[in-house]
Amino acid sequence: MGAKMVDFNGWDMPVEYPKHGGLIAEHLAVRNGVGVFDVSHMGDIRVHGPEALAAIQHITINDASKLSVGQAQYSAMLYPQGTFVDDVIVHKMADDDYLIVINAGTREKDYNWVRDNARGFNCNVTDLSDNFTQIAIQGPRGVDTLQKLTDADLSKVKFYWFTHGTVAGLKNILIARTGYTAEDGFEIYVPSDPETSAMVWNKVLEAGKEFGAIPAGLGARNTLRLEGKLPLYGHEISDTINVWEAGLDRFCKIDKAEFTGQDSLVKAKAAGVKRTLIGLEMLERGIARDGYKVQDLQGNEIGYVTSGSYAPFLKKNIALAYVPPEHSTVDSNLAVEIRGQAVKARVIPTPFYKRPKKTQTS
Amino acid sequence: MAYPADAKYTKEHEWIKINGNTGTVGITDHAQNSLGDIVFVELPKVGATISAGKSFGTVESVKAVSDLYAPVSGTVTEINDALASAPEKINQDANNTWIIKLTLSNAGEANGLLSAADYEKFIAEEGA
Repeated sequence: MGAKMVDFNGWDMPVEYPKHGGLIAEHLAVRNGVGVFDVSHMGDIRVHGPEALAAIQHITINDASKLSVGQAQYSAMLYPQGTFVDDVIVHKMADDDYLIVINAGTREKDYNWVRDNARGFNCNVTDLSDNFTQIAIQGPRGVDTLQKLTDADLSKVKFYWFTHGTVAGLKNILIARTGYTAEDGFEIYVPSDPETSAMVWNKVLEAGKEFGAIPAGLGARNTLRLEGKLPLYGHEISDTINVWEAGLDRFCKIDKAEFTGQDSLVKAKAAGVKRTLIGLEMLERGIARDGYKVQDLQGNEIGYVTSGSYAPFLKKNIALAYVPPEHSTVDSNLAVEIRGQAVKARVIPTPFYKRPKKTQTS
Repeated sequence: MAYPADAKYTKEHEWIKINGNTGTVGITDHAQNSLGDIVFVELPKVGATISAGKSFGTVESVKAVSDLYAPVSGTVTEINDALASAPEKINQDANNTWIIKLTLSNAGEANGLLSAADYEKFIAEEGA
């Protein structure tokens, strides 16, 4: 494939595919057509049993009792102090059966966390991560690409819902309309043996050829998620950042029954949020990178950049940063310290990119 | 990718073509390929003094920030202004896209640089 590989938390992962044009081409393929990601490093945890829902409610911030079978929700697991173990997607497979999809870098920690915190509940926790290869088919033409390979009617699968169907001849494959690109698309979960994974991978690329499909790597995945302000563990969320700071309020159902981290979040809200996540656009030449300091216009250090890059679709230099709320006003100017120089930036609304609303074809 | 024999190379992946006491500096094809899509170049001002082995600027791809190291010491006489708006020129043709030109302050320093053949050997070993 000619992928440029990088070590990602112990995984050999494709960062980009220079033969297909590299990172920017991959990013644009996802925005304009379709890109295909090997995200087999993602983890999958099954919580199954009579008290599976109660366990999920206890360990995640969103309200899983609102889910229908076949529906998924973005959520997170917190430490008692209200900071992040990880962000997750919870899938309701059946009334007593949930699948939590977790991040690669936090896989072992997450599995142990779920197992330990589900102990008081009548349910089994199983790490299925090694059973599945996850392939993400992302972009406005993702639906057309995948529809050629499956008998499932994808037009019936709404965003953040899933179904099961035959994919590339493999029966009963989990097909979820989810992703990490701020674009429409699907994530499919296929058996992880290398021959099967490679077969599906190749068939997806072949099916997508007429829509401009190319393989896309972790580099494009990162710039795509940044344009959409989707958080990345270790950057926008971490074990020192709480839900309010990260701006994930709408996924946190603070009034649902007890969950880990709830008390601390109630207290944190009452005490007032000390920093908040903002979007920056660089006004002067320079790219704000992770960890760079944010200053007010008097040169006082007020915060730091969590993620920053050239944004290939928006064609400007953008960043996410934590600053005190009084510096978060949209259209106000700040500076980012880049190699010792204060480089001007403006606070702009987020997400930086929102996919266009199109006439409902799905 | 063949590396032009009329240039000298550094282990930090710059090339320099020397003509008398003037030098023209760029980065190698290997460097642009490792970086990926280049989106930003930061250069010294004309008249700046640069020192062999020291950073004189920065090149950034979407995913990485990399220092530019001076192959030799000298005074910057020209910078390639076109790179400010079109840094991707380096990706398109690294061997022929110059970044700065300078007057050498110590022509003898060039003797310590790699030939094209030695550089190719170096990157082959580095990649192994």
